[in-house]
Amino acid sequence: MANFTPTGLRFENIDKRYGGLFALRRLSLEVAPGECVAIAGRNGSGKTTLLRVAARLVRPTAGTVSFTSGPAAGNVSERPGYVGHAAMVYDELTAEENLLLFAKLQDIPSPRKRAEELLREVGLLERRDSLVRTFSRGMRQRMAIARALLRRPSVLLFDEPGTGLDPVGITWLAKALREVHLAGCTVLMSLHGESEISTLATRGIRLEAGSIVADTIEGHAMRGILTLGA
Amino acid sequence: MSLLVNTATLVEKELRTEFRSRELLTTTVVFNLVVLILFSFAINPSVEESREFGPGLLWLAILFSASLMLQPCFLREQTNDTLSALRLAVSDPYAIFLAKLMANTLFLLLTEALMLPLFAAFYNVPVLPQLHYLLLVLFLGSLGVSVVGTALSAISAVARLRELLLPLLLLPVLTPVLVVSATVSVSLLDRQPVVQWKGIAFLAIFDLIFLTALWLFGEYLLEE
Amino acid sequence: MLKRIVFAAVAVGLVVAGAYAAFFIAPTERTMGNLQRIFYFHAATAWAALDAFFVCFVANLLYVWKRKRGFDAAGVASAEVGLACTTVVLITGPIWAKPAWGIWWTWDARLTSTFVLWLLYISYLLLRSLIDDPDRRALLSALFGIFAYLDVPLVFFSIRWWRTQHPAPVIMGGPGSGLDPTMSKVFFFNVLAMHALALFLIAERYRLERMEEEVEVLQWEAEAQ
Repeated sequence: MANFTPTGLRFENIDKRYGGLFALRRLSLEVAPGECVAIAGRNGSGKTTLLRVAARLVRPTAGTVSFTSGPAAGNVSERPGYVGHAAMVYDELTAEENLLLFAKLQDIPSPRKRAEELLREVGLLERRDSLVRTFSRGMRQRMAIARALLRRPSVLLFDEPGTGLDPVGITWLAKALREVHLAGCTVLMSLHGESEISTLATRGIRLEAGSIVADTIEGHAMRGILTLGA
Repeated sequence: MSLLVNTATLVEKELRTEFRSRELLTTTVVFNLVVLILFSFAINPSVEESREFGPGLLWLAILFSASLMLQPCFLREQTNDTLSALRLAVSDPYAIFLAKLMANTLFLLLTEALMLPLFAAFYNVPVLPQLHYLLLVLFLGSLGVSVVGTALSAISAVARLRELLLPLLLLPVLTPVLVVSATVSVSLLDRQPVVQWKGIAFLAIFDLIFLTALWLFGEYLLEE
Repeated sequence: MLKRIVFAAVAVGLVVAGAYAAFFIAPTERTMGNLQRIFYFHAATAWAALDAFFVCFVANLLYVWKRKRGFDAAGVASAEVGLACTTVVLITGPIWAKPAWGIWWTWDARLTSTFVLWLLYISYLLLRSLIDDPDRRALLSALFGIFAYLDVPLVFFSIRWWRTQHPAPVIMGGPGSGLDPTMSKVFFFNVLAMHALALFLIAERYRLERMEEEVEVLQWEAEAQ
């Protein structure tokens, strides 16, 4: 994969309210370029909201999110690659049609070639002409990851990326993440507990009720962060 | 430029998706037929009355079927959260709306094209003589329905009772389209046909106003 | 508190004075007699309704721009008051029409447009009741409110230009039917009175909405303990 231009992320005093519930509460976080951050926390602690705010899909009630350094610095329209809970691809289109669609929308040069390249990388090339509707959970997850990687983003956001993947899939994902991380990509991934994927993390933070309660940068142990009450 | 390219790409996606299953089109055509037939059962028009009331009833049928047809517009983007994927991929969110409203207009026009011969037969209205003007009115009216319908379907997709909410929001807003399209159609299909250019201009202005409003406010409609 | 009482007193006073003027000061109309007096309320209230909806429109725009809950509260307050005024217009119309023409409803251009207006803002309130998250509710109803208001002139003109082909009884005389100078004065006084009342009601409703918000916030904070 090509080298990424290292880009960092800054969250400043992020609040996200849904009625009476604070999904995120006065959250500030500085992610250095090239870091691979594991975000742990119970269900409902705000991990998904944090990632969606970073992806600019969710507008915070207060506070700002910005890119630091790199060509995307200060560029509000720059979008990270995002893999959420849902597959984010169309059931009624084939694997290739899906990637082609998103490649074209993002003005990627030679979209057909790039789509094919990614299908090969995620191991779905033989199923390129199958409708995504026919795919298993694991295959959908691979499609989701392929879609996120299309533009070679310098920031990648993963929401529980291992869900739905069998052990072979997890090993493949860990390998893919390692490559991307080595190339300089900044990664934020929410995780439940320890796994092959969590070993890639250079930093860990724990969320509880929308706030950061532990951070390896402050000396907390990674293991504790990942496994506490999970 | 990017907006137009993105819109074209998305229109292709909308069409490809719909033509693969054709479920939306077939159900809309059938619904239109049912409504038209039911109207004639309810009113039992004479031959002369058919001609007078027919075009108005046609537009009513179009409005009702559109308010159903437009519901899946944004709902189907919720199943796999593909709306988020689109929002991340396009540079201008207006492309998402433009593509959907263009596709919806096309679907409505296709439905109307299929309906027209049947309508002409049931309601004893010769449509051929003024076909070109009729198509113009159908286009401008259907465009108006699509623009407003696409915008409001983004709103109703987020609310409870969404299936009931969309018609409730949509139909009052579309009263000008109904009034003008029906009136212009009636005078086009009259024994002494008259082209009401003022009405056609009004429809064009309606379309322009809401296309502009959607351009100004579209991104907020998608906000989370 | 004192301000509110004074405001209320002024508004109610104006309305009462307006009513008095409508019944005792304005001359009796030639053709319709005393029945015509209802015109003063009917038309003045219609005017107040339109202005209330304009306030709603501005509040909606400001909310989308600034995202302050106050604008949302102003929006719902003015929409409700506008809707109440519109209901009065729709009721006084038939009250006039029945004795005058023998029919409850006439598809008079203005009355018809007013009915659509009523439907639009009922939809606005219904939409609000169907979205639970307050911020989303505020944003989406503001956007619908903007679309609805843009529609208002289109509704009025489309009905006026294309739905008055048939000779239909026109409520309150057609546009341009001249008013006797005393009648004009009484009319404009009533317009002022209805606007004052509407403004007072909007302010009160706004206050109520903001208080409800505060209570909600306190409730959530209590639950969170």
